[in-house]
This record gives sequence, C-alpha cells and structure tokens, in this order.
Amino acid sequence: MNPYSELAITDPNDLRFGVSPKPLKTRRGMTIGGGIVYPELNFTLPNMEITAATMPDVLAEYRQMITGALSRAAELEPPGLVVEFETLPPMTQVPQWGIDVTKVLADAMEDAYAKHGLKSVLRATPNDTREFERPPIMRSGVLWENMLKTFGGCADAGAELLSIESVGGKEVHDEALQAGDIQQVIFALCIMGTRDMKFLWTNLKKVADRHGVKCAGDTACGFGNTAMVLAEQKLISRVFAAVVRAISAVRSLVAYECGAVGPGKDCGYENPILKAITGFPMAMEGKTAACAHLSPLGNIAAATCDTWSNESVQNVKLLGGMAPTCYVEQLIYDCRIMNAALAEGRDSALTLQRWMVKSDAGLDPQANVLTPFNSIEIAKAIVTAPDNYAAGKAAALTAVRLLRDGYAAGNLKLAPREIPWLDTIQNSVEEMPDNESKFIGQIMGAVDTSKFVAKDYLL
Amino acid sequence: MTVLEQLTEAIKKGNRNEAKRLTQEAINASTGARQILDALVAGMDDVGRRFQCYEIFVPEMLIASRAMKEAMGLLEPLLVKAGIKPAFTAVIGTVQGDLHDIGKNLVAMMWKGANFGVVDLGTNVPAEKFIAAARQHGATLVGLSALLTTTMPAMKQTVTALKEAKLQGLKVVIGGAPITQSFANEIGADGFAPDAASAVEVARKLVAVA
Repeated sequence: MNPYSELAITDPNDLRFGVSPKPLKTRRGMTIGGGIVYPELNFTLPNMEITAATMPDVLAEYRQMITGALSRAAELEPPGLVVEFETLPPMTQVPQWGIDVTKVLADAMEDAYAKHGLKSVLRATPNDTREFERPPIMRSGVLWENMLKTFGGCADAGAELLSIESVGGKEVHDEALQAGDIQQVIFALCIMGTRDMKFLWTNLKKVADRHGVKCAGDTACGFGNTAMVLAEQKLISRVFAAVVRAISAVRSLVAYECGAVGPGKDCGYENPILKAITGFPMAMEGKTAACAHLSPLGNIAAATCDTWSNESVQNVKLLGGMAPTCYVEQLIYDCRIMNAALAEGRDSALTLQRWMVKSDAGLDPQANVLTPFNSIEIAKAIVTAPDNYAAGKAAALTAVRLLRDGYAAGNLKLAPREIPWLDTIQNSVEEMPDNESKFIGQIMGAVDTSKFVAKDYLL
Repeated sequence: MTVLEQLTEAIKKGNRNEAKRLTQEAINASTGARQILDALVAGMDDVGRRFQCYEIFVPEMLIASRAMKEAMGLLEPLLVKAGIKPAFTAVIGTVQGDLHDIGKNLVAMMWKGANFGVVDLGTNVPAEKFIAAARQHGATLVGLSALLTTTMPAMKQTVTALKEAKLQGLKVVIGGAPITQSFANEIGADGFAPDAASAVEVARKLVAVA
C-alpha cells in the first residue's frame, strides 16, 4: 500500500524552512527540521587522480578540507553542521577508499565536538556506479556489490545518514531531454526510475538497518538538474525543465516509501514537493551552490529547506582561504538569517520566506513550480493518482496549468520561444493512454531499448 | 523557389517527409549529388546559426537533424558513386572514468549536421580506443569530453597518447564543464570548444589549417 495517499503539509504557510512535521534527531542531538536550519557542507578534490598510489594524497586533501572547515565553523558557532561526503566513482568501485575517507572526516568531526562542542553529522553519498556498464546492469554484478559494501563500510566508519544520486532510467531520460519528448521523460522517471528506486532503496534500507544508521534520501539530480543545466545553457526550454522537475518528484518519492526519513538530498530541487507529501526534513541548495552549478532558484530553494547546502566545491585556494572553509562560512551566515527569522516566530519566518519566493518565482518557470503553493498543488496531484505512471502525468499537467496561470496573471515572465512548449507538453501528455501497460507497449517501440536491460526494470 | 531551395527550407523546418520527397525529386531530375548535399548542409547551417543565436532549442535542431538523416539515406548511394565523402571524419568520446555524455552527444549532432563523418565511441573511453578508432577511420579530428575535475588527468593522458601516436594531420579538440582554454593549452590540445554551439566553428577552423 502507498504510504503517501495524503499530504503531510496542506497549507502553503506550513511548508517553510526549518520546520518539518517529522524532524530527524541525530546521535549528537541535532534535530533537523525541528525549528533550526543547519548548514550542510560538501567538498571535493581538485584536479587530481584517484589511484592506490595517490590515496595518501587524497586522504591528506580531505583531512585538510575538513579540518579547515571545522575550525572556521567552530569559530562561527553554528547550532550544528551537516557534512556530506559524496564519493568520487573510484571510491565506490574500491569501497575501502571511500571508507577510508569517511573515517578521516568522521574522526575530524568527533575531534571538533570534543574540542569545541561543535555538533555535526556525516552524510555519505556513494556513487551509483551501475552505469559504468553500458547498458547498466542494475540488479547484480561487482559494481552493485561494491556499492552496497561502500554504503555499509561508510556507515561503520561514522556516516549516520545515507544518500545516493541514483541513475535508474537515465538511459532513456538523457535522450528524452535532448528530443524534448515528455512521454519518454515520464517513461524514464515514473516507470523505469520508480521501479529501480524500489529495488535500490529496499536494499539500502536493509544496509542502513544492519549498520544502525538512517536512510536520508535520493535526488533526481541526473534528471531534473540535467534538464535545469541544459535550460540554463539555453539548450532546452525552461518550461520543459520545470515540468521535468515536477515529474521527478514521483521518482524521488519512492525512497521515502521504502524507508528514507530525510533530510532529502541537497540537489533534489523537487524536495519542496516531497516535504509536502512526506513531512520529512529536506536539504536544499541555491545561491550558495553557484560554485558547483548555476541555477535560476538561488533564493526560492531556501524557502523550504531544513539544511542549506553548497552542493560541492573543489579544494582550491580563494582569497579568503581554501574554498571549503570559505563556503562553510557562507552557509553559516545564510543559516543565521533564517534562524534569526525562525527565532522571532512564524510571522517573521513567513516574511523572509515570502521575499525568498518573490525574488525568484516570477523570473523563471523552474522557480515558479517550487513556490510553496505550487509545490503543494503538484504534491496533491501526485498523491491522489492511482499509480506512478498516472502520478507522472498528473504532475506534468498540473505544472503546465500552474505555469499557464502564472503567465496569464502576469506573475511569471516567459520568453516568446517558451510559450509553444506549454501546448507541446500538454498535448503530448494528453495523448498518452490511461493504462500504464498500454503505454509501455507503445513506448518500448519508440525508445532505444539497446541502452538498458529491460528485465532489470521488470519490462 | 527551386527544388533545392525548397529542400533547404524543409531541413530548416525539420520537415522530414518533405525533405525526403524533395531529395527524391532532385535525384529523379538528375541533379548532382554535390548540389543536393550542399542544399541539405545549407539548411543545417541555418539551423546551427539559429541555435547559436538562441532562437531555437536542441529538440528543434534534433528534428532538423533527423530530417537531414532521412534525406541523406536517399542521397548516400549517389554520394558513394560520385566519390563524395564527408568533409572529414571526427572521432568523439568522453574520456576514461567519466560517464557524462550529453555535451558530447550534442557536439556529435552538430558535427553530423555540418556533414562531418562522426564516429561516436561513447563514454568512459580509454586513450588506446581513441587512437585505434582515429587510425581505423582516417580521422582528422578527435573530440574529447570530460565533466569531472578528477577525469581531467585522463583527458591529458589521452591527448598525450594521441600526439605520441603521430597520426598524420590529426587535431584534438576538447570540451566539458571544467575545461578551459588554458587547460587545453597546458595539455597540448589543438582546440577548445566552450559549448556545443561553437563546436562546428572550432572544428572547421582546426581542420582548415590541418
């Protein structure tokens, strides 16, 4: 039975930063979603190889990054800090390397707690390396086994939260984006994607339970963010990317159906919709993640966040210091403002949130679909649909309707070349059959089936 | 409007049925294969220009590219018979350790539209595979893509290996989110394409001086 047949948050005024109906308590006593927004720092290596020979240098690099960032954080006294370690592919293919880095980070975080009382929690995000095979083998093989080993090993080494940027369905989705084909997007996200998510997250929950840690959440990064970046580069329509974002929530939701409890992964810009559905806390990233990628969501992304992230920054020297140190400072200051508003009470928090929303929502359709009101509308469409396929269609049509309404009311600016895409998407979705199996029969003749292993998607 | 002008228009609009019909009509009228090809390429050049000016998106360009592909299916036997080959052949791929392929796919599509022969090796491609493909297909251009900072060393190794293979006249162009002109200079690549839209122009310039 679908555990989410109704919304956890129904009033847009209750869908706001720092507050979640189901907050998450960490071992060190942080309560994520319990009235405070925490900074979430992520960093990565500069231009260097990862091999057995370079691993001592890799570990030294991570040690330098975490030590510098924690030292600055201790001086700025945030109420707590989330650190995310997103492995690089070799660190998942060779689990011990990922585990060794986790240990370096966890030890430094323990040290900062002992010396400065700085509370923190470590999120480990191993790679979904299954796509290293083409077509990807999704349910077996060495890559899959090493992923699970990395998850378990990282948990034992001190990571309390487990996440992933999973890739099931990407084999079709990339081409669907390039072709501007919304039917293939729905197939990739709501049929292939959701089926893989169910398999993947059922297994990750077992790993988490076995190692006494929490499943945090997934992201449609390889889907919605690919669309966003392509739109940002003017390669695809922004309206199309906004609709992809709405549909992507159907896929990411499956992690929570399988036992994830948040905070949802930072680059999942669909998280406001998921927060409305699940009530779990969510990580978000926006203006302070420009170090990793550009976006039209800089302020509005913070409107519903429970942790506020920089996505990722390379360990390079900036004028202020090493980049991870500079970014922890930026995140802490961003959070201080949000926490000051929260401390003043609901009205102040809503005022700040209104400015975050208002400053972005009228300028880009991708921001527009993520206003608290629109997120709840899309969330409603998803939970009232009978299955994932119908949910994808409902999310798409709801997003198109909201964008049309916003444009007609003068609340959303759209370039002339964007307008025809509203009709293109709507017509295409409305042509889709009511029945999932009929749709699968049609679409399997249209997509390149050599790019994926059909049986791994129960097709 | 002549049949060839209509053919150019059909490509611009991405009307593949019309492109096929007009190509066949031109063939039936014994129009030279080169002239028909030029009409097709002129259509795609216009599509590429509008794409570069942000007037259209990739899907519209893809539709035009598919129309051209259909027309080329009819034209190819005549081109072979007339000994007309693509302007040149390019081998393209994402370097070893990197699985990102959208940018690489877009460049491949742009190059095909400009009538380059394109051999797409996919993602996670080791240096030796680039060399073997360049040798096998007599390529004059190799395009390398990387999206991760940690696969930039693999790009450097691939460029070095390609240079050491001493394939005559071969030029190497690189691109990808973390790639810059200065990195291209540093690793000895011949060219750098900052985005897919500029990749045709960069390739044409490089090959013109090859």
